[in-house]
Amino acid sequence: MATEAQGAEKSEGLVFHPMDQFIVKPFFGDGPVGTFTFTNVSFWMVLTVLAAAALLVLGTSGRSVIPSRVQSIAELCYGFIRKMVEDVASKEALPYFPYIMTLFVFVLFSNFLGLLPGAFTTTSHIAVTAVLAMMVFVTVTVLGFVKNGAGFLGLFWISSAPLALRPILALIEVISYFVRPVSHSIRLAGNMMAGHAVLKVFAAFAPMITISVGIGILVTPLSILAIAAIYALEVLVAFIQAYVFTILTCVYLKDALHPAH
Amino acid sequence: MEGDIAQMGQFIGAGLASVGMGGAAVGVGNVVGNYLAGALRNPSAAAGQTATMFIGIAFAEALGIFSFLVALLLMFAV
Repeated sequence: MATEAQGAEKSEGLVFHPMDQFIVKPFFGDGPVGTFTFTNVSFWMVLTVLAAAALLVLGTSGRSVIPSRVQSIAELCYGFIRKMVEDVASKEALPYFPYIMTLFVFVLFSNFLGLLPGAFTTTSHIAVTAVLAMMVFVTVTVLGFVKNGAGFLGLFWISSAPLALRPILALIEVISYFVRPVSHSIRLAGNMMAGHAVLKVFAAFAPMITISVGIGILVTPLSILAIAAIYALEVLVAFIQAYVFTILTCVYLKDALHPAH
Repeated sequence: MEGDIAQMGQFIGAGLASVGMGGAAVGVGNVVGNYLAGALRNPSAAAGQTATMFIGIAFAEALGIFSFLVALLLMFAV
């Protein structure tokens, strides 16, 4: 009991803060972060692009009839997204397939690279995902007006509803349309941030045995098990969130190409 | 003293905000449960609806993430 009390006294607060991993700092030296500073975010983004290029360019450079392992992964990735665009956003959306593929590969690779120990998850920052989501939002809105003209506004005017209800529904539709980029970006950033913060919370509890054997004998194995379990969940979440981000882009694209309800 | 009370309010607010997670859990569980119930009755139609299920999960989960965001804002931004 005495050791426990002593341990609790010493271990006031966590060993490190779970939010420390999201601090943006310069990659070289300790200067202030300016507009053109090469930060750890930039470093991991460059790495993301290089990894994606390595998979897709090197993987398909052989173009053998019997694909190598890397080639089949690249082909699987391509086929998966192509089928998603066709199924969700119809065949007319295929000209925009390269954009959607780029989005998917970028988000997927930055999610997965962020899972490496000591890595920085670029998609855990709302600044990064908000740019991606705003790009989708602007593209889809411009595309809707270019393809359909004023007919794009039919997206907000639900002709199957009773006439008296339509203005109210239109108001709700307009609000939900403008909330799209917010939820689109915060869903990805929030998921990544929450998962990594939980990992770090358990990681901070893991060295408890060095402070107090009494509590640590119970807490340390439990938190190491929890880290393993949550890491496995995070691998799944990293893929699912990239998938969800892409499929929502497809849904928005479908709305732009076929605005009639 | 005033700062202490403000900090207490922050912590209480952040804790209350995390109650929203329960709502997201109910929502996601509802979506997947109904998908599974439908899929077991008509397994041949299940594969085509997986994407719809994930969209449903994403919408339900986003609101839970918003509550997490509110908690974070209370803890670090206010």
